[in-house]
Amino acid sequence: MATQAVVTPSARPLAYLVDLILVLVQKDMKVRYKSSWLGYAWSVANPLLFTVVYYIALGVFLRFEIPGYPYPLFLIAGQFPWQWLASSIGGGPMAFINNASLIKKVRFPRNIIIVSTVLGDAIHFLLTIPVTLLVLLWYGRTPSWSWIPGIPLLVLAQFLTVYGAALAVASVNVFVRDLERLVALFIQALFFLTPVIYSVHVVPVQYHVWIKLNPVAPLIRAWQKLLLDGYLDPLLVGAAYLSAVACLVVGTLVYRALSPRFAELV
Amino acid sequence: MIVIRLDRVRKEYPRHRHLTRGLKQSLLHLPDLIRSMSADRFFALDDISVEVQKGEAVGIIGANGSGKSTLLGLIAGVIGPQSGTVEVRGRVAPLLELGAGFHYELTGYENIVLNGVLMGLTRREVAARLEAIVAFSGLESSLNEPLRTYSSGMVARLGFSVAVHLDPDILLIDEILAVGDTHFQARCYDRLDEFRRQGTTFVIVSHALSEIRYLCDRVVWLAGGKIMMQGKPDEVIAAYEKS
Repeated sequence: MATQAVVTPSARPLAYLVDLILVLVQKDMKVRYKSSWLGYAWSVANPLLFTVVYYIALGVFLRFEIPGYPYPLFLIAGQFPWQWLASSIGGGPMAFINNASLIKKVRFPRNIIIVSTVLGDAIHFLLTIPVTLLVLLWYGRTPSWSWIPGIPLLVLAQFLTVYGAALAVASVNVFVRDLERLVALFIQALFFLTPVIYSVHVVPVQYHVWIKLNPVAPLIRAWQKLLLDGYLDPLLVGAAYLSAVACLVVGTLVYRALSPRFAELV
Repeated sequence: MIVIRLDRVRKEYPRHRHLTRGLKQSLLHLPDLIRSMSADRFFALDDISVEVQKGEAVGIIGANGSGKSTLLGLIAGVIGPQSGTVEVRGRVAPLLELGAGFHYELTGYENIVLNGVLMGLTRREVAARLEAIVAFSGLESSLNEPLRTYSSGMVARLGFSVAVHLDPDILLIDEILAVGDTHFQARCYDRLDEFRRQGTTFVIVSHALSEIRYLCDRVVWLAGGKIMMQGKPDEVIAAYEKS
């Protein structure tokens, strides 16, 4: 059965796609900051608050320590990258559904919606790096020159990982709306199974295999090593890119398979 | 030259898209479920073939649910056909909704850029048209205000003003002609006449038969996803009104 639609709209050169992404990111930023007084502070406040809570609960009450680092500093290093990951993937399921009117009425590559929301979250993450820097200085430590190649390298790895995952859950959620709740639960579980509030070194050796199987653990660990020690660990970066490529491929395949029917179902 | 060709296009929708019985019941009755899902479909468009020549204005009429908007959606490329082919040549401005992507927290100016880019212009192209868009809208004094302060008529005017500056080869219009006050409506019609003189192709869905009669060279009457009749506006509209 011939089901192929041969539609030839105006060509979409890269320059146009860049403009489209730019305009959508700008919109998100403006909307987010327009009617709130504290704007930037809010995007930092949330992870900071949780850092304080974890420090009180685990560091003070349970007297948990990470060898070699002040615990609050260690928490900060993992908390901000995690926040980006959690908000991008957690927002994924609703990304297409919230833009239903656009998907129904305008013809444009729909994955651009995900690109722009993840890019917005990435910008928020970059804005938190000065906070990490301040905390680092507070504890008498200094940033490293390795941040200059390291931060862009890890930002790219995380962008690809998070984009792929968000694209997949956003696409599937158009068809099976329950996914939204599952994703929220999954992210919460993944948080405790990823070395964010503890380091790998306090985990008994026989369980290390589980951390190795965790697709986002290398990324978070690479961030911690880079931000705390100024060390860009090639093994962790390699592993992070491996799972980034896997996420990207899976996300793209799922999106390609499902996107032709989005407009009917959102 | 033919710029739009639909060849034996079918578009069907399943009636139930969600599991209404819950997961457990659905799994227990899985064969039933699959049977009911594949049987319970209806054709939004059933074996439709239409050709539109360059510069032609084609009106589409029919009762609610007859498949008019589905047809425009297919031409716009927001949905795909189940079978058959859809070919469209040239830059399409799908005015299926005025002000697509408008955000109420953004100002009028910001929304012009947002909407223009979503409709297929680059930012540079929007900037080049900005003055003309602003002048056409007649909303200069409000464009620095957020959109939520606008009346619904003003929002529609702004959307229409961007829409008519897209320089499309093909204009798809879904029930959006009558916006704004009579003064602005007159300007809209002037602009549409100008498009017609420039050889822009139109496909218009409307229930306002006088609009269709005024703008169109040919009318297609859809009923239940099939073409009932097509031909000269007066003849088709007369037959439709009698039915």
